[in-house]
Amino acid sequence: MIEQIDLTMVNWARATFALTAMYHWIFVPLTLGLSFLCAFFESIYVRTGNEQWKSLTKFWMTLFGINFAIGVATGIILEFEFGTNWSNYSWMVGDIFGAPLAIEGILAFFLEATFFAVMFFGWNRVSKKFHLFSTWMVAVGSNLSALWILVANGWMQNPIGMKFNPDLARFEMQDFWGLISSPVAISHFVHATSSGFLLASLFVVGISSWYLLKKRHIQFAKRSIAVACVFGLFSSLFVAYTGDEHAFITARTQPMKLAAMEALYDGKTPSGLVAVGLVNADKKPGDDQDAFSFKVEIPGMLSLLAKRSFTGFVPGINDLVFGNAEENLIGVEEKIRRGKLAVAGLGDYKAAKSAGEQLAASNALSLFDQHRDYLGYGYLESAEQAVPPVSTVFYSFRIMVGLGVFFILLFLVYIYLLEKQQLEDKPTILKLGVISLFLGYVAQQAGWVVTEVGRQPWAIQDMLPVTIARSNLDSGTVAVTFFLFLALFTALLIAELRIMTKQISIGPEGD
Amino acid sequence: MVRNFFHMYYDGFRSMVVGRTLWKIILIKLFIMFAILKVFFFPNFLATNFDTDAERADHVLKNLTQPAVDNR
Repeated sequence: MIEQIDLTMVNWARATFALTAMYHWIFVPLTLGLSFLCAFFESIYVRTGNEQWKSLTKFWMTLFGINFAIGVATGIILEFEFGTNWSNYSWMVGDIFGAPLAIEGILAFFLEATFFAVMFFGWNRVSKKFHLFSTWMVAVGSNLSALWILVANGWMQNPIGMKFNPDLARFEMQDFWGLISSPVAISHFVHATSSGFLLASLFVVGISSWYLLKKRHIQFAKRSIAVACVFGLFSSLFVAYTGDEHAFITARTQPMKLAAMEALYDGKTPSGLVAVGLVNADKKPGDDQDAFSFKVEIPGMLSLLAKRSFTGFVPGINDLVFGNAEENLIGVEEKIRRGKLAVAGLGDYKAAKSAGEQLAASNALSLFDQHRDYLGYGYLESAEQAVPPVSTVFYSFRIMVGLGVFFILLFLVYIYLLEKQQLEDKPTILKLGVISLFLGYVAQQAGWVVTEVGRQPWAIQDMLPVTIARSNLDSGTVAVTFFLFLALFTALLIAELRIMTKQISIGPEGD
Repeated sequence: MVRNFFHMYYDGFRSMVVGRTLWKIILIKLFIMFAILKVFFFPNFLATNFDTDAERADHVLKNLTQPAVDNR
């Protein structure tokens, strides 16, 4: 197995980035969701004047603070990696990412320096209403802060509102509002933030269920569960809705990703959605092997999901790789040919410009402009390279969706049992609630695996493959940083778990 | 009002319990990140190896037009 792993620089850089991003995303979604739950809890306190709600709010706020403190600045490591491991990419997107990331930095700074401090230090120092306002501002601000980084990610999935400058080798912003109102960016944002709300609800339900199992802080736990379950139920339904919208957009902007999510090789009309299946890992584009060892399919459902019609044609991997004249689809081989013309045009333009040959430069630029939409394909060596790892994307998608459905049912069961005053007497359900806390993280990570592995080999969709986005470094250098981060992240995670579990075992004050 | 805000921060930091540990972790983490990782392991490749933006653009253009065959 190990000898099959390709230990080139680009793969170490990918592994390091994946490790950092996955670690970073342990903290972010909980921050996004728990900030709103704290605001809900505090709103109830301000409305009722009941001090127990204040104690409850302060407890969850402490856990929010622990999560925030351990997670803070872990995202900056991603920016380090851009500059070191992904310097070509970093240079090329500097103009696009500069504005969103600067806005995020400024917003985060002012938010944290003011409202964050009031939220933690301001009890009994500012009025109840101003404190509540600060808590809400932290929630809104944290989520808005996430908007900018998700806009940047959305642009990588669907690069719009820009033009490539062949003199500077940079993508330059043409339409800022187009960039931030891109359907991909918006769908990314709403899906990711609502999944954070869902995770935070599972977090509150999981810890509160543990208290109920231990027969501790019972009133506190039931109150927390009541609010978290309602928030979690709405969030999980919204996650399902936004996920469906996200898939619909993916069908238009990244059809290869959607085909990989479904392990769909040959497009059909209508296409069925595979509910459960075992993917044939040896299957390659264009061969005669079956894509599945077994599968359970819902007829027409994939067409409905991707085309909003039971009879819509959904292209498969073979259609996208080899082309499908009937459906007017250009194959990857043709795109590679056009991409190589774009690369050649760019090279000729650079050479002619250096030599001061204006006419030749103009002709070369014209060739480049004619094929610039296929630039990234010019760096692929074979059409198969445009296909992401199908099994990984297929299974990750099913884990995410399967758990999402399970969470909806879990919240419904919890609300029913809470209403019937029977929750404390159902240890199996409570244990399931505790386990679901961890499953929430699994679903989060699986979702990002679908998003990021599914778009391989692209750093910027269709424009720049990861093999060109990288820096000219030796693999050994990058491998060292991978293991350094692994050690650092593990230490931080252990620290978080220790502080968090200690605080949970202490429980809410005055309860 | 300024005085009130100052005291809020002052007293807040002084009366922290869990926060003390968290601040220690944050400071250690930032030190490791900026004083060790950034300095020794994560130099900005283009900023370190090239002096001007024109050279950087030229390097990236070279990679785009004559992509390295090996991936090292």
